[in-house]
Order: sequence, then structure tokens, then C-alpha cells
Amino acid sequence: MIIVADVFFALGMLFISFGVIGIMRFPDVYTRLHPAGKAGTGGVLSIFIGLMIYSGLSHFSWRIFLIAVFILITSPVASHAIARGALESGIKPWEAKND
Amino acid sequence: MNWFLIMAYILSVTSFLCLVRIVSGPTHFDRLIGLNLMVTNITVIIVIMAVHYNYLVYLDVALVYAILGYVSVIAIAKYLTGRELHR
Repeated sequence: MIIVADVFFALGMLFISFGVIGIMRFPDVYTRLHPAGKAGTGGVLSIFIGLMIYSGLSHFSWRIFLIAVFILITSPVASHAIARGALESGIKPWEAKND
Repeated sequence: MNWFLIMAYILSVTSFLCLVRIVSGPTHFDRLIGLNLMVTNITVIIVIMAVHYNYLVYLDVALVYAILGYVSVIAIAKYLTGRELHR
């Protein structure tokens, strides 16, 4: 059972690392929102599922489940609010330069 | 070295990179994206520390931190919506 938790830990760390690399490298607000949303839901929920499997049925797993449900609901809402604010504030989407 | 501590170190490095994005973002919404991801990373760090050191109180701290980060990000996004502040 610890091996399954380690697999979830590795998956979550991979998601969050690639999401942060995408935030550092991408050229625009709308393209930066994509890895931010993936790292904010996928990686965090993978790490929380791994911690729930690791700690078994105890007080820890129920509260981690509560925090995971809260982040699963609120992180896409925050990403949507940022994207709508950026679009209504008049930021043009990035286009590739065809030289 | 325990794996939980290694994960906490890697997450602190990623939250520092989000802080770099907050400082050097071209628009305000880039800074908001960096703030959102940094709050989530620090929540994960607090939960990992709670499981590692076997402290049950830190999970309540993590829940309150996640709620405050969500409310602050929504409030700043609603404040900046429709304003021509990015140039």
C-alpha cells in the first residue's frame, strides 16, 4: 500500500514541477493559466490522495479529504475568474510571429 | 533523509519560482496566477508537515490558509476586472 502512495507522490511532484516550468516559460496570460490550472488541481489532488492512502483510516485522512474537496471546487473557479478578468481588461492573446 | 522532507524542499523551490513570477510578471494577472499557485503549494507543504510530524492541528491551519488564499484571489480578480491597468 505504501508503493501506491509513492506512485501518487511522484505523479503529483511531476505535475507541480512541470506546471511551474510552464508558468516560467509560457509567453502570455492565457497560456500561463493552462499549466497553473493543471498544477493547481491535478498535482495537488494526487499528493493529497497519496497522503490519504499513506495515513490510512484516521483523523488525518478525513481532514485531508475535506481540504482536497475544497481545493477541487475552488481552484478552477479562481482560474476562471482570472481568465475572465484578463479578457475583460483588454489583454490581447499572444500570437506566434510568422517571419 | 525522509521522502516527506524532500517533497517539502522541492515544493518550497517551486513556490519560490512562483514568487519570481509574481515579482516579474508583465501584467497584474500574471502576478495573480503566481499568487494562486504559490498559495496552493504552501497549503500542500503544510499538509505534508502535518502528516510527517503527526500534528493534527496543522490540517486546520492548512484549511484556513486555503480558504484565505481563495478569497483573496477572487477579490483581487474581481477588483481588476474591466480596468485598463496593464499598460
